[in-house]
Amino acid sequence: MSLLAAQFGRDLLLGLRTRADAANPLVFFVLATLLLGLGTGGAGAELGDLAPGAIWVLALFANMLGVEGMFRRDAEDGTLTQLLLHARPLFPALIGKLAANWLICGAPVLVLGPGAALVLGGSSNGLGTLALSLLLGTPALTLLGAIGAALTVNTGRGGLLALVLVLPFTVPVLVFGAGASMAAAGGASAAFPLLMLGALLAAALTGAPFAVGKALAIAEEG
Amino acid sequence: MGIWGWLKHKYHRAGSPRWFFAGSKGWMVGLYIFGAALILIGSVWGLGFVPPERYQGESSRILFVHVPAVSLAQTIYIAIAVAGLVFLVWRMKMADLFIQAVAPIGMVMTAAGLATGAIWGMPTWGTGWVWDARIISTLVLLLLFFGLMALREAVPNPDRGARAVALLAVVGVVNIPIIQYSVEWFATLHQPESITIGQRPTIAAVYLWPLGINALGYYCFAAGAAIAALRVRILHAESGTEWVREWVRGGDE
Repeated sequence: MSLLAAQFGRDLLLGLRTRADAANPLVFFVLATLLLGLGTGGAGAELGDLAPGAIWVLALFANMLGVEGMFRRDAEDGTLTQLLLHARPLFPALIGKLAANWLICGAPVLVLGPGAALVLGGSSNGLGTLALSLLLGTPALTLLGAIGAALTVNTGRGGLLALVLVLPFTVPVLVFGAGASMAAAGGASAAFPLLMLGALLAAALTGAPFAVGKALAIAEEG
Repeated sequence: MGIWGWLKHKYHRAGSPRWFFAGSKGWMVGLYIFGAALILIGSVWGLGFVPPERYQGESSRILFVHVPAVSLAQTIYIAIAVAGLVFLVWRMKMADLFIQAVAPIGMVMTAAGLATGAIWGMPTWGTGWVWDARIISTLVLLLLFFGLMALREAVPNPDRGARAVALLAVVGVVNIPIIQYSVEWFATLHQPESITIGQRPTIAAVYLWPLGINALGYYCFAAGAAIAALRVRILHAESGTEWVREWVRGGDE
């Protein structure tokens, strides 16, 4: 547990010290919302109906942007090698790292998301469900995105490639996340997709860190 | 030795690139000829002699290309994931060469499946794309194949790249059922009157026979192509060794 806390504290501190970097995904989210409104000719009724789904797509991209480079700096200065050598077990250290990343890049979207939905002309119905679905869904996205970040950590390209590798895996999260918030906005029950999101989060939380650890080990050795 | 011992023996020998190279030429030629013959029979039968379908008319004949292509693509992805696991666990070089050899075949087959599906959809559904569960998951499969190939290109160190690709393939196959399930839920939610592609159990026997022959032909021909690609990869990977130099000089085996 102390390993988890220590890694979490370190990454959170680093994130807060490099605020401009950390804020990029959020700025992207706000700008993309703005452009979406402008590109569709202002918030009409049609865009309002689509708002929860659009917010989910933007949140997905913002989340991936925040995750794809999460191991790069550590790999460059050798911290990652030390982590892989000394952190036993690796699992809590990775969870700490991912939690810090999510808190900086993912969590603010929980607040921004419902606001952005209102800005796009969405109904005020189901904004709580939208936030709840983002609360369950974005950590799963962070976990999945970390696999792509770890696989591309030493390629020198990363970026778009990490996205391309991982986006297919994010399909279920998007389907159930957007499904829940669209259903709630339409006044229907969102229980089933929310439960599925929770299940996806549980599965990602237990499975993804192992894949991340393995991918990092592959990238670091040899 | 029993059947298990025999299998184990074959498995260990197949792990040797040199042994595989030496023994695979006959298999390659045989599978190519057998596969081509089956495709010829199945296609001529299916395209020329089967009565046109009652509702879709002649356009339904694309079934004989469409179904084998998609089925082959899915099988190849699963085979890649199994090879990926073998490579991660036992570091068997042949498993990685196999992934390199079949990934492009799988990608082409997935693209062919999507293309024939779109061509088929235009006259029958009036559109080349609908948000149907199977179509979406086939597109996702195409992206997974693309990811495997892009990742290998991106990693500068080939050994590391090979293991990263193997890991991605294994992670991918774990995710495929989840993706499938979510997409099915999505499609039924958004499109209750969704057209079910092909009523598999109710398909008439007149279609089943040429379809089966064609599918088997596709599998055999793809296996032949996979062996051919694998042989090239072996020569490339082993290009520093004495036996490859001898083979290039003498060409006697």
